[in-house]
Amino acid sequence: MLGLSKKDLNLLFIVFVLTMCAPFILNPFPEGSAMAQFNAGYPDLMQRFVIFGIFAIGFNILFGLTGYLSFGHAAFLGVGSYSAVWMFKLLSMNVIPAIVLSVMVAGLFSVLIGYISLRRSGIYFSILTLAFAQMSFALAYSVLTPVTGGETGLQLALNDPRILDGAASSAGNIPVPGLFGLEMRDSTFLRLGDWVFTFNVGYYFSAVIMLLSFYLAIRIFRSPFGMMLRAIKSNQQRMNYTGLNPKPYTLAAFVISGMYAGLAGGLMAAMDPLAGAERMFWTASGEVVLMTILGGVGTLIGPVLGAGLIKYMENIISKINSEILHGWFAFMPDGIEDFMVAIVYPFIGKGWHLTLGIVFMLVVIFLPGGLVEGGQRIARMFRRKKTTQDNTPGTTEPAE
Amino acid sequence: MGILEVKNVGKRFGGLQALGDVNLSVAENSVHAIIGPNGAGKSTLLNCLVGKLIPDTGSVMFDGQSVLGRLPHEINQMGISRVFQTPEIFGDLTVLENMMIPCFAQRDGAFGLNAIADMMKDREIVDRALDMLDEMNMLDKREMHAASLSRGDKRRLEIGMCLSQRPRLLLLDEPTAGMARADTNNTIDLLKQIKDERDITIAIIEHDMHVVFSLAERITVLAQGTPLVEDTPDKIKGHPKVREAYLGEAA
Repeated sequence: MLGLSKKDLNLLFIVFVLTMCAPFILNPFPEGSAMAQFNAGYPDLMQRFVIFGIFAIGFNILFGLTGYLSFGHAAFLGVGSYSAVWMFKLLSMNVIPAIVLSVMVAGLFSVLIGYISLRRSGIYFSILTLAFAQMSFALAYSVLTPVTGGETGLQLALNDPRILDGAASSAGNIPVPGLFGLEMRDSTFLRLGDWVFTFNVGYYFSAVIMLLSFYLAIRIFRSPFGMMLRAIKSNQQRMNYTGLNPKPYTLAAFVISGMYAGLAGGLMAAMDPLAGAERMFWTASGEVVLMTILGGVGTLIGPVLGAGLIKYMENIISKINSEILHGWFAFMPDGIEDFMVAIVYPFIGKGWHLTLGIVFMLVVIFLPGGLVEGGQRIARMFRRKKTTQDNTPGTTEPAE
Repeated sequence: MGILEVKNVGKRFGGLQALGDVNLSVAENSVHAIIGPNGAGKSTLLNCLVGKLIPDTGSVMFDGQSVLGRLPHEINQMGISRVFQTPEIFGDLTVLENMMIPCFAQRDGAFGLNAIADMMKDREIVDRALDMLDEMNMLDKREMHAASLSRGDKRRLEIGMCLSQRPRLLLLDEPTAGMARADTNNTIDLLKQIKDERDITIAIIEHDMHVVFSLAERITVLAQGTPLVEDTPDKIKGHPKVREAYLGEAA
């Protein structure tokens, strides 16, 4: 079905169920309970899960298949966001044209950067992409202020033209992005006992787009084109002497992953219509590298898992403060309680990066194939008798 | 006129004249060996033929067209395939995928943005790859990662990959280097079989005289960047100049 093998179809189905049931899965603890702070089922965070999932899926098409490590992918995300906001300002608050423009502009931008950067490979390629991304950041932050809004970022204003729906904006409020009347920020709540589940329009819109992106990524992985990209990673010399030109292949992969990043950027703007230069900063480019490696380079579902884990830690662990810690350790004698809090404290709140760093190190050292490899090991333990070869390509290639 | 015509080719690396003034003509559907002591310029000559190096002087014509100034993949698409000294295969890919890539390259050209189709449903390509694997006696290894093959199997796979492109000229760079005697003999048999069953020209660079004299129909002896003699194997064996430059050392 859908042109996929049974195994891939199962994978797609799992991702489908996970995304569609996310409001339940991510809200396992009742409202008001001590564990409620570990709930991640609120729209803002769920949107981020799927949007960064798209970003990481696209990045993995370049990095996972060809082995070219781009350190400037956030530039395409930022360009996508700016394009979408401009579309909201000039044309319409409908998200469709905004997202289409984001993808197109990011695509064009990645043709330019890719064409130049792909003249080199390995570390030189990474540095070139990093340089381009930092240049884009600097441009967006200062020089191009009329286009990008500079330090304050690009925001909507009441007197924006919005040619297609000018009449609607006369109401006095800045309109919000929507899909043919459905506002992205709209939510429905479902109360079951102490549990509250939130179903947000923006989340489901993003989730459907992520499913489509994921489906497309599976098709690319299984296509002749995807095999050529893996061949480039494996042996460019043989590629050349087999009558194949690696350059257009790598450029196509670069542009496709740039368009994925643009799509993610456009969706971010559609969820919250403002765009700032910090989206292009090099840490944002580094984050998607971490997501991909953490989840499993070159695997299909890995980047999505990695994106989810990092965004979860960023939003949940960073919210734990010393008061909450004292609450957890309150059952201990005073001295020991303070001691425990003092030990754990550096890893929470603003120290969540420390936790992320440790998790990242543990994964890279003990599970070079990322979370996916962890999952495969657990699965193998459960069915020892039947050892099947895993078909996920290039799972044991950590950072390059 | 031969399928491959090398005229007055010279190549200099800094102070070293790697190739002096090489003239070589490889007749169509023949097996032509290029031998010579270490540093004679055999590999430099080969690299000039496939576009890895560009000679300083002279011309290289394949089937009436110049190969100079073309990129390696363009030269390959003209019908020249190369087997390397150490097998160059796609180690991370399965044996079957390794065999499918040259089939795609031969059918679809140097670049194809075929990003949606399922490669395993391309029956034409899969069947071609399976046939070639069968011919190479590797059908049972098709799901293995190519990197985990034995040295001899890697060589077979590489030769099979080159053949599945249906080249007109097959260049072999010391195909038996570092092989055990049994593997060497297997490779000789394989190459003999290829020569008998196909319309193909084979140019082979080799150190091992056993290989050269069991395969070649014509031999060019290269020494210090210039061809010493070119003749049939029988004549080469007894040639005094060759003994002096090459076989003399070996014996």
